[in-house]
Amino acid sequence: MNPIVKAVGVRKSYGTFEALKGIDLEIERGEVLCVIGPSGSGKSTFLRCINQLETVDGGALWVNDELVGYRRAGHKLYELSESEIARQRLTTGMVFQRFNLFSHKTALENVTEGPVQVLKRNRKLAEAEARDLLARVGLAYKCDAYPVELSGGQQQRVAIARALAMKPALMLFDEPTSALDPELVGEVLAVMRDLARTGMTMVVVTHELGFAREVASRVLFMDQGQVIEGGLPEQVLGTPTQARTREFISAVLG
Amino acid sequence: MSSVWRQRPTMSNFHGPTEDISQFEHVRRRHVGRYLSATVIVAIGAWIVTAFVRGQIDWSIVGQFLTVHSIVLGLANTVLMTALAMMLGVVLGVTAAIMRLSANPVVNRAAGAYVWFFRGTPVLLQLLLWFNLALVFPNLGIPGLFEVHTVDVMTPFLAALLGLGINQGAYTSEVVRAGLLSVDQGQYEAAKSIGMPRLQALRRIILPQAMRVIVPPIGNELIGMVKLTSLASVIQFPEMVHSAENIYYANNRVIELLIVAGIWYVVIVTVLSALQTRLERHFARGAGRSVQTR
Repeated sequence: MNPIVKAVGVRKSYGTFEALKGIDLEIERGEVLCVIGPSGSGKSTFLRCINQLETVDGGALWVNDELVGYRRAGHKLYELSESEIARQRLTTGMVFQRFNLFSHKTALENVTEGPVQVLKRNRKLAEAEARDLLARVGLAYKCDAYPVELSGGQQQRVAIARALAMKPALMLFDEPTSALDPELVGEVLAVMRDLARTGMTMVVVTHELGFAREVASRVLFMDQGQVIEGGLPEQVLGTPTQARTREFISAVLG
Repeated sequence: MSSVWRQRPTMSNFHGPTEDISQFEHVRRRHVGRYLSATVIVAIGAWIVTAFVRGQIDWSIVGQFLTVHSIVLGLANTVLMTALAMMLGVVLGVTAAIMRLSANPVVNRAAGAYVWFFRGTPVLLQLLLWFNLALVFPNLGIPGLFEVHTVDVMTPFLAALLGLGINQGAYTSEVVRAGLLSVDQGQYEAAKSIGMPRLQALRRIILPQAMRVIVPPIGNELIGMVKLTSLASVIQFPEMVHSAENIYYANNRVIELLIVAGIWYVVIVTVLSALQTRLERHFARGAGRSVQTR
């Protein structure tokens, strides 16, 4: 089977700052890929390119066998329309560092919004599924709570349920525990661990090396817009071959 | 340095921990300023009330004209014009605000020019321009297909509606734009991430949250509009001030009829203020902070 994500020489710049200096990467279906690296290394930018919250400046990116953002005809690449981009985004689910729950909607409404409004699914069925999803992240009793009434950890679990409700082929996590109080990190990681066990393909940008070691099928270390090294967790985290990786890991572990 | 303040001399009212003051009576501070200002306000209020009671005002006339037919008709026209002009203003305002946030430079600048022109000229002038539109465009329509004489169409009602509504739209667009900008960027990204195109994200996610910021100033503008409609009396639109004027031209009871109109304006504004509070409470849901009523 083809890889779910294939990146060839992906570049991205903000003005003169090169956030991504040519990323070549393949992500297989069923993989749990943890991306680690210092801030500003481009790991979040790469994640955001996958679901087109950022547009790539160079190179090519395929997600689920579709060229991201463009349609090829002959020897030309035509930029996709907004609605086509919106459709492409349905392949991926995204979990943000700052949760970004819709603050005027309850937990249940947050989860049903996509299925009902975007996928045009029956509201009753969508609600039943949303309740199941919220139960799965341990929040069945918080269906009617507004985001402001939830702790950070609970908000992030609702955000995971919201992304899952769209039945994505790939889940993206952008530092999902970085904005959480330390005692709340565990509950979110537990949900992600369960999700990984179901065989969901996941790309997780994280600073939680313990989680990466335990759950990841592969760990990638990025620095200054490049992939420095990648491999099995025990290999990258235990016996890194590159000096920069070693420095980063010892800095994180303190 | 912490050692410095520890060594500062003890203040005169400092009592050593050996003396027990926990049973002493607490005496509240006396708010002399509050009593003083309250006295002044009550005195001024009493003076104004006596001035009106003793003045040359025949209150029976006020009571008599409060519900007279032409005043009630004027009241109805005022309320109707307020509602319609405000609706037009909000529709134009939301449209212009969304246009101003568009990436297309033509769309964006067209909205900017609209705001620039209609905020840049007095609304009285705009009312007169619409009313006299026939001087510029004698006929309206598509030549050959259908055409009408502008004078026939541009009634005081239509001129007032266009003048007030289009002017209002220019102000409302700035309020709406501020509201849209107040919503966190993360909300757009989250909406995109579940596959929403831009307009759907605006309608379902961004605008409802912007409403919390938009409603209070729009309420303010609506209340402004109630009174702004009185300007339409200059183009013969029969709203309340126009009706009051027509009556006092005949009977010379100027102050009495102005008071009649004033009473009705206060009544409308009071009702609208109450509605605004309820609306604010509705859009405050999930905002973590109820509407401050005090």
